[in-house]
Amino acid sequence: MSPRALQALAPASTDPAFIRNFCIIAHIDHGKSTLADRMLQITGAVSDRDMRAQYLDRMDIERERGITIKSQAVRMPWELDGQTYALNMIDTPGHVDFTYEVSRSLAACEGAILLVDAAQGIEAQTLANLYLALENDLTIIPVLNKIDLPAADPEKYIKEIVGLIGCKPEDILLVSGKTGVGVPELLDRATQLIPAPVGDADAPARAMIFDSVYDAYRGVITYVRMIDGSLKPREKIMMMSTKSAHEVLEIGVSSPEPSPSKGLGVGEVGYLITGVKDVRLSKVGDTVTSFAKPATVALKGYSEPMPMVFSGVYPIDGSDYPVLREALDKLKLSDAALVYEPETSVALGFGFRCGFLGLLHLEIVTERLEREFGLDLIATAPSVIYEVTTDDKRTTTVTNPSEFPGGKIASVSEPIVSASILTPKDFVGTVMELCQGRRGTMLGMEYVGEDRVDLKYTMPLGEIVFDFFDQLKSRTAGYASLDYEPSGDQVADLVKVDILLQGEAVDAFSAIVHRDKAYAYGVLMTERLKKLIPRQQFEVPIQAAIGARIIARESISAMRKDVLAKCYGGDITRKRKLLEKQKEGKKRMKMVGRVEVPQEAFIAALSGDTEAKKEKK
Amino acid sequence: MPSALPLADPAPLDGLLPASAAEGASSRNFGVYLHVPYCRVRCGYCDFNTYTADELRGAKRSDYAGQAIEEVHQARAVLDASGLPDRAVSTVFFGGGTPTLLPVTDLAEMLHAVVGTWGLVPGAEVTTEANPDSVDLDYLLALRAAGFTRVSFGMQSAVPHVLATLERTHDPARIPLVVEWARQAGLQVSLDLIYGTPGETLADWRVSVEHALAQRPDHISAYALIVEDGTKLARQIRRGEVETPDDDTQADMYELADRLLAAAGYSWYEVSNWARVDETDAGGQRHRSRHNLAYWQGHDWWGVGPGAHSHVGGVRWWNVKHPAAYAERIAAGHSPAIGRETLDDETRRVERVLLLVRIREGIPTSELTPAGRLAVAGLIADELIVPADALRRRVTLTLRGRLLADAVVRRLLEA
Repeated sequence: MSPRALQALAPASTDPAFIRNFCIIAHIDHGKSTLADRMLQITGAVSDRDMRAQYLDRMDIERERGITIKSQAVRMPWELDGQTYALNMIDTPGHVDFTYEVSRSLAACEGAILLVDAAQGIEAQTLANLYLALENDLTIIPVLNKIDLPAADPEKYIKEIVGLIGCKPEDILLVSGKTGVGVPELLDRATQLIPAPVGDADAPARAMIFDSVYDAYRGVITYVRMIDGSLKPREKIMMMSTKSAHEVLEIGVSSPEPSPSKGLGVGEVGYLITGVKDVRLSKVGDTVTSFAKPATVALKGYSEPMPMVFSGVYPIDGSDYPVLREALDKLKLSDAALVYEPETSVALGFGFRCGFLGLLHLEIVTERLEREFGLDLIATAPSVIYEVTTDDKRTTTVTNPSEFPGGKIASVSEPIVSASILTPKDFVGTVMELCQGRRGTMLGMEYVGEDRVDLKYTMPLGEIVFDFFDQLKSRTAGYASLDYEPSGDQVADLVKVDILLQGEAVDAFSAIVHRDKAYAYGVLMTERLKKLIPRQQFEVPIQAAIGARIIARESISAMRKDVLAKCYGGDITRKRKLLEKQKEGKKRMKMVGRVEVPQEAFIAALSGDTEAKKEKK
Repeated sequence: MPSALPLADPAPLDGLLPASAAEGASSRNFGVYLHVPYCRVRCGYCDFNTYTADELRGAKRSDYAGQAIEEVHQARAVLDASGLPDRAVSTVFFGGGTPTLLPVTDLAEMLHAVVGTWGLVPGAEVTTEANPDSVDLDYLLALRAAGFTRVSFGMQSAVPHVLATLERTHDPARIPLVVEWARQAGLQVSLDLIYGTPGETLADWRVSVEHALAQRPDHISAYALIVEDGTKLARQIRRGEVETPDDDTQADMYELADRLLAAAGYSWYEVSNWARVDETDAGGQRHRSRHNLAYWQGHDWWGVGPGAHSHVGGVRWWNVKHPAAYAERIAAGHSPAIGRETLDDETRRVERVLLLVRIREGIPTSELTPAGRLAVAGLIADELIVPADALRRRVTLTLRGRLLADAVVRRLLEA
């Protein structure tokens, strides 16, 4: 039980004046989950015995990567000056791929704890989320975390935060999520400063969905923030975007285990379960209202998830295609942003074109497919959405280079983003070089604190999805951080580069690149493939081409020797077994025309492993 | 023979063969291989079943001939009891190890045991391997007197630094001597060469081939060096002390050898074997090793000695490897066989393809599956097989095909 609040306030009958809704804005690794754990413990929401590190992050992948994908909300009791409060902590995703989800989580709060690692300072993503929080008029409570670390430099980062948000140095709390130092003071401060929620208890119910999670046993669990009115168990509700109606089977709060309640009132945060099995019926940002007495105006800020990055996902073993289909069907129940449709590749066989919110989302989905469904997958190079207009004025939407129209191209338009890169000042030159190389246009440059710089660029998204983040990290010793958001489209001189083996285009290797970079891409891929494809019984030319024009070529010379010198009485059994093994090995080969290409070559060529290995040597 | 034995079924203690082994036996030749598992030193590239000590856990080198003779007697009993017809021996081959490390009287006794047990067909081929530095004229004369017809010298190279890398101890200057002595003794002569040794250049290899040809042997084998796991050479390569010659260099060496050998009147009859074709030898068969051909043509043979492999009518087995374990089994009157496999029809067909493709006469297309017969067209297009022969329904390798013989086999067996 809480050391202070002996009696928690009951949901559905809590005066909004005693409710505080807040979230934590932090960069990956800055200790958000650890701090949340400590709050759960100190408020008594979770007993020490049940404490599990990073309680709120449920999925294995999240725990392993130390990042939160799915946010949840926890109700914690807290007492200040003899009054008991209900604190709702809303856990937010911390990655740029999930900006929309973050914005909805923020919209469910009145305050935000700005959590900064006292040894690392603020990062680009945090700045982006802080910006969103200010846009939502949230009260910001700045906190330096990890003050127990020997490398902590609170003074330096206090200055940095002061410079950013214009607070006073003494407004910044020093805490350690690990040891718990400063956490009670932080809870006090949140209770004092964060405004109570305001809403009309008598108006038709309006609740904003800020998250929905698929649970194998209970179906979709929808997390909501009540704005106006109230919702009760057994009540029939309606989703305002789809007009779909469902009965509330259970309603309650997480504390942090789900705890059914008599309902949710104004300003409260909780969950509801309707038995729905697909998260698409419970969309983040949508408004839940009463079916019997519906609201007329939905809450603002709802938008459909927009896939930004596309990749072909193929099973390595072609016979796994049905398993992949089933796996995607299951995954989509818990991931409203995942879209996919069947696709066929000459080189890779049957698979799916999948759309993702961003690169991390892509990685998480493929990793879940592999881990939870035991699949071995190849993902093609990520692509963005191009609008290609041909001379006959027809426009095609291209998410896969193979859809790039042939013939005369009038124009190609590509998505652009505005990117913010936060880097130690020593790396400014190298970051600028990288951005210019990626067709970035600099918009501005600002010092954050004494030794860090925030660089603003507009850049084609296609350049970012192509290994930009890895490059940024490796060129800045891991210090730079990146945030970006869509900022429209631009027309650019883009071409499709095909890679041909023995004159035959390998669709999986085609890419849409800027004309100035076509040659470099062609050289890169032909050189890579030359290293990766074993010699055949004939010469194999590898070419890169724009249309019919060859821009780069390599060649794999024919294998000249493939014979066991000795095959006498004692060798025959061994020789036969070797032959059987080679036959097995051939099953892992994909045929491109007559050329046998090992699966590993596809994977390596698409992931760029060859150069990485070379660098390591 | 390779050091690692295959995984297979256990062999029965009495060594008896299933009835299927006798089917069609009268149309197959019968040969005997005798393994001598001793060497004076172990060469760095060698993974054969051989030992350098005189005495191993109670197995004495001097007792070995007696044990081998005991297995010969056992073999006769097993074949008779398994319903095999009485067949005289077509070929005998003593291999090792170094058979000539034994006193010549031991080899003679072992051969006499074979002859006494089964008899020899007229004109039978009786070969022993020999190290150039383990024989002299008297030894060779004694071999001939005992009934040997042929000797195969492990020459390997004529270039000192190559021999040193291989850890061969003989002086190249000894080759002309031993060849001359063997000829005086009335023995046919074969020379074994190895190419692709670390550090060996194409020019080195040419010296070795020319040196071998200068002796006008009846037969030459040239093997690409196979670096076997577990050998000293494999360790040296792994540690980067010596560099393996790449496949392209080895291919160049093979092509050079084939060219030099052909110009000197030697004709290939198996991927790694060439026989001298005399003017009077119309079929080019005279100097081929008939014992080795029997392996490729699927005849029967009994392999005597530790680790030796045998094949009779689709049943293949192999003996325990260690001479001491072998001696124990023989002494107990048990079969020394430790593993065996009985090949089904499909496996026998696969083996026929993979073995027959290696020899000059190749394989008739009638022995291929329909898919295999279709693959023939692609092999012609890729210049791997001789078009004229293919049109006569026979798959025979071109020079390029010989170097890619394993790939040819895979394509013939695909689907």
